[in-house]
Amino acid sequence: MKPFAYERPVDAAAAVAAVAGADARACFLGGGTNLVDLMKLGVETPERLVDVSRLPHDAVESRADGGLRIGAAVRNADLAVHPLVADRFPVLGEALLAGASGQLRNLATVGGNLLQRTRCAYFQDVSKPCNKRRPGSGCPAREGDHRNLAILGHSEACVATHPSDMAVALALLDAEVHLLGPAGERVLTMPGFHRLPGDEPERDTDLLPGELITAVEIPPLAYTERSRYRKVRDRASFSFAVVSVAVAADVDGGVLRDARVAFGGLAHVPWRAQRAEAALRDGASFAEAADAELAQAAPLRDNAFKVTLARNLLVQTLTELTA
Amino acid sequence: MDADVTLRINGTERSLALDTRTTVLDLLREHLDLTGAKKACDHGQCGACTVLLDGRRANSCLVLAVACDGAEIVTVEGLAGAGEDLHPLQAAFVEHDAFQCGYCTPGQLCSAVGMLGEARAEGVTLDDDEIRERMSGNLCRCGAYANIVPAIAAVAR
Amino acid sequence: MSVAADRAVGAPLDRVEGRDKVRGEARYAYEHRPEGVVYAAAVTARIATGAVTAVGALDGVLAVLSHANAPALQEVSDPELFVLQSDRVRYRGQVVAVVVADTLEAARAGAERLEVTYAAGSHDVVLREDHPGFYKPEGVNGGYETDSVIGDPDRAFAGAAVVVDERYATPALHNNAMEPHASLAEWEGDRLVVHDSTQGSWSEHNTLAEVFGLEPEQVRVISPHVGGGFGSKGTPRPQVVLAALAALAVGRPVKLAFTRQQMFACTGYRTPTLQRVRLGADADGRITAISHEALSQSSRQKEFTEQTATVARVMYAGKHRRSTHRLTRLDVPSPSWMRAPGECPGMFALESAMDELAVATGVDPIELRARNEPPRHPESHKAWSSRNLVACLREGAERFGWADRDPAPRARLQGRVLLGTGVAAAMYPVYRAPGWAIARDAGDGTFTVSIAAADIGTGARTALTQIAADALGVAPGSVHVEIGDSDLPRAGVAGGSMGTASWGSAVHGACRRLREEGGPEASYDTRADIAALQEYARHAFGATFAEVAVDADTGEVRARRLLGVFAAGRIINPKTARSQLIGGMTMGLGMALMEESVMDREFGDYVNHDLAQYHVPVCADVADVEAVWVDEEDPHLNPMGSKGIGEIGITGAAAAIANAVHHATGVRVRSLPIQIQDLL
Repeated sequence: MKPFAYERPVDAAAAVAAVAGADARACFLGGGTNLVDLMKLGVETPERLVDVSRLPHDAVESRADGGLRIGAAVRNADLAVHPLVADRFPVLGEALLAGASGQLRNLATVGGNLLQRTRCAYFQDVSKPCNKRRPGSGCPAREGDHRNLAILGHSEACVATHPSDMAVALALLDAEVHLLGPAGERVLTMPGFHRLPGDEPERDTDLLPGELITAVEIPPLAYTERSRYRKVRDRASFSFAVVSVAVAADVDGGVLRDARVAFGGLAHVPWRAQRAEAALRDGASFAEAADAELAQAAPLRDNAFKVTLARNLLVQTLTELTA
Repeated sequence: MDADVTLRINGTERSLALDTRTTVLDLLREHLDLTGAKKACDHGQCGACTVLLDGRRANSCLVLAVACDGAEIVTVEGLAGAGEDLHPLQAAFVEHDAFQCGYCTPGQLCSAVGMLGEARAEGVTLDDDEIRERMSGNLCRCGAYANIVPAIAAVAR
Repeated sequence: MSVAADRAVGAPLDRVEGRDKVRGEARYAYEHRPEGVVYAAAVTARIATGAVTAVGALDGVLAVLSHANAPALQEVSDPELFVLQSDRVRYRGQVVAVVVADTLEAARAGAERLEVTYAAGSHDVVLREDHPGFYKPEGVNGGYETDSVIGDPDRAFAGAAVVVDERYATPALHNNAMEPHASLAEWEGDRLVVHDSTQGSWSEHNTLAEVFGLEPEQVRVISPHVGGGFGSKGTPRPQVVLAALAALAVGRPVKLAFTRQQMFACTGYRTPTLQRVRLGADADGRITAISHEALSQSSRQKEFTEQTATVARVMYAGKHRRSTHRLTRLDVPSPSWMRAPGECPGMFALESAMDELAVATGVDPIELRARNEPPRHPESHKAWSSRNLVACLREGAERFGWADRDPAPRARLQGRVLLGTGVAAAMYPVYRAPGWAIARDAGDGTFTVSIAAADIGTGARTALTQIAADALGVAPGSVHVEIGDSDLPRAGVAGGSMGTASWGSAVHGACRRLREEGGPEASYDTRADIAALQEYARHAFGATFAEVAVDADTGEVRARRLLGVFAAGRIINPKTARSQLIGGMTMGLGMALMEESVMDREFGDYVNHDLAQYHVPVCADVADVEAVWVDEEDPHLNPMGSKGIGEIGITGAAAAIANAVHHATGVRVRSLPIQIQDLL
């Protein structure tokens, strides 16, 4: 790990100023579960850490319209079991509890979780090329070990997947990411906060330099109480998704009227399955809806199974939610 | 680069000048001679380094000591209460043979203490499956899980 | 040989070091802090073959060691220990330099920033059936013959009513003990003292003496507590030599631990295997011919051939037999021992094939094995010292509820979950190494027993305490067993499931002699006893049962139940023995369903080199694992009447689970691990 300076500003404005005004490479430190990990690997090499974990962004509050406002420094563990989440947005609680381990969830923050970087083995190994880590150096994953990488939306430059479970639920829920930057506040809406890799895979999100996530808001939606997160992985717990799905279903008398669907483990972003949603609204069967979404899949040599898995998983989850 | 850090560790206040890169795990093991917390993966992937940070279980290998200024840390060495030789979980681990090599054990114990606290706060009754899921952040390569679960269950109930 | 009268032996004594371990007071190798200790970090090669052309300099550190400046070492039989002696790179991840600094942070940062340049060659790293480099090694590990051919198997296959002829594959697997390979080395004048994470302090001190050109008396290896090994610490690994070199260079005590990532190249692994098993049988399932051919890999610098197909020489009757081993040498890290090396992958293939034979003949898998029970060792024709495989199968069938089993595959759908059960035999040979122990009477009613044994989590310290107590005729609480130090009497490694038998015999002898002859101390050396052992075929056997649930939509497999029934002689301590057995079965569950080291063809390393990517079972994977044993009196083993239990637990688990997956889904997976993509 390279030496770095550390500071802990008292408020968000000071934190933003500290990163934006730094004369060296600076970044925000939240729970540190991914950043410190990547610093040890030499993947992240900040020269200044600005600790935002103790900023007063630690509340989970109900919005007047029935939505939810979640401070960016709220720990994943606290959010997962918060009564407002359990009552209104079970998909979010389930996604959080499907991620990492109990002790990691105690550290990890909501803001940091959104900014998790890919678990692609090549990205994490500085002895190998990676376009995301070192733009222009190449993507060995395309021909190498990619069983667990993307089938949707990838590019010649990058086939990485986004590792967060929470982000899949937030993409499902049209979450709004509140930012404070040198130029003031702005809001980015999910999906749309994360970027597909294109020819700039080094950019995971649309955050601008120095921008800090201060909160995530979830607008109300009538049927989120009937929602579920289902994660398939290579062991029973404490493992990143092979494929996951978040579904919210508007069911009336056993008939599906509307639904939202998002996939994890398939793309560089938490993948909102808008084609599947449109098909479901049009009365397609669950399998037809899944196929409508997955028709765009472009699997790599060793991950074509994810197409079938994602399809079956969506059908199973919709079947259970409408039962 | 150094920074001054003050923490309470197992009830004792410690003030040190530390390299900002020093993790809580390395602080404990290399500076304070508290080698109960173990380094096995150093990346938050195994749980052997689990300690209680302000009362909550946390992977000490991923926490920078400088970011913990003012925090309260309890390690396996501090689990047993005053006048107690062994914390009930420690005694249950011995009784159920819930370890073999012992290297993951301090992390399992701190994790279990934290986990029982979490369940209590949530009002959750722990059946075996619930214990298994909640303890899955602590790897045991010797494969003592089948003994760890009843040891924890014996204390939880 | 008489079997000792027992009191402590057979009792479920708590681990004698249990309190130290749960209080965090048991110290492992890296956890000592001698005055002036400094830190070393290893730098590893970024090429798979070729040479180091330059190693840069660093400021702010105490030393940078590389082939250019490292003190000279003596070559020993393990070339992996001849570190920093040449510019040659034999595999990616080989240590090419060591950085020593005052702090851990500075050493790690120095290792990251050290500039090493290379001249890379081309590499060949993937084991494949048509690899042109296969050859017949002189012998295989364990001292076994490379090939064994009896009768005319090919002709017998041609004439058999039923033939199973299938290919099986097991991946490279990494031991991944929780404690990394770590060492603290200190030179006291011309004497080297190391705290090391090792399964054998005595053998290691001899090896280190050779490496550094010293007399054995000049080296001391201390290892009272070892955080698991599973074979990977059975021989000294490079970190201990590197730490000693660094300590020599800077004149201070040095600590060095491999990172988890480095362990995937530097500390050994289980070779991948490609196996072909052929079973010819009559219509009733009686085997007429058996053939087991095994392919495996080793590194360029070291011939290491696992005894994979030797299981076929032991398990079943059959007149015509063949078992062969072929090896190819690749530009890969050197494989080494991992829990039941050879037997474990070999039994996966053979016991899967037996299940296929059961399906092909319509004979129940348990009955099939019983029908092929050999009255004597089928190849050496030696008498069995004891063999209770069938008793284990029958006992397990009773406990597991096998009788009602419908053999039809894919016939039990519960909701969206397919259920299935499977069985496989387990087997591990009985070995014994010579050893020497000293027992001392403190005169106050307490006794100290000393032997350079190792407790890597096996419960050896506890078992030896029980053996000593009975031989002395005292309570276990009166006995203190000293182990884990090469200054103690000579002992073999904790490996080959022979620790308790080997060390226990010496301990028993010394304690009995002290009791019978009196005096302040007595010692006992088992060399003569071992030389005098009669010719028997000695093996432990077992039966492993599995019940799995497979999600019909997603292919997720969960092992709902695992039951092992073992016949392993007398069980010294039922509490710690059960732990060993369920531990082996749990590791076998990992092998069946998730463990796989993935070779990167382009770069030549195991790419998934950490515990997030190399999956070992977590608590949630292990629902119901139980191990029991049948009573087995075997007078032909050792004074305790015990067989080893450290490895047999893993040998049947993978096949039992694979057989259960077939029963659940109708899909026969012959290449481990069984993953989602296999079952969609």
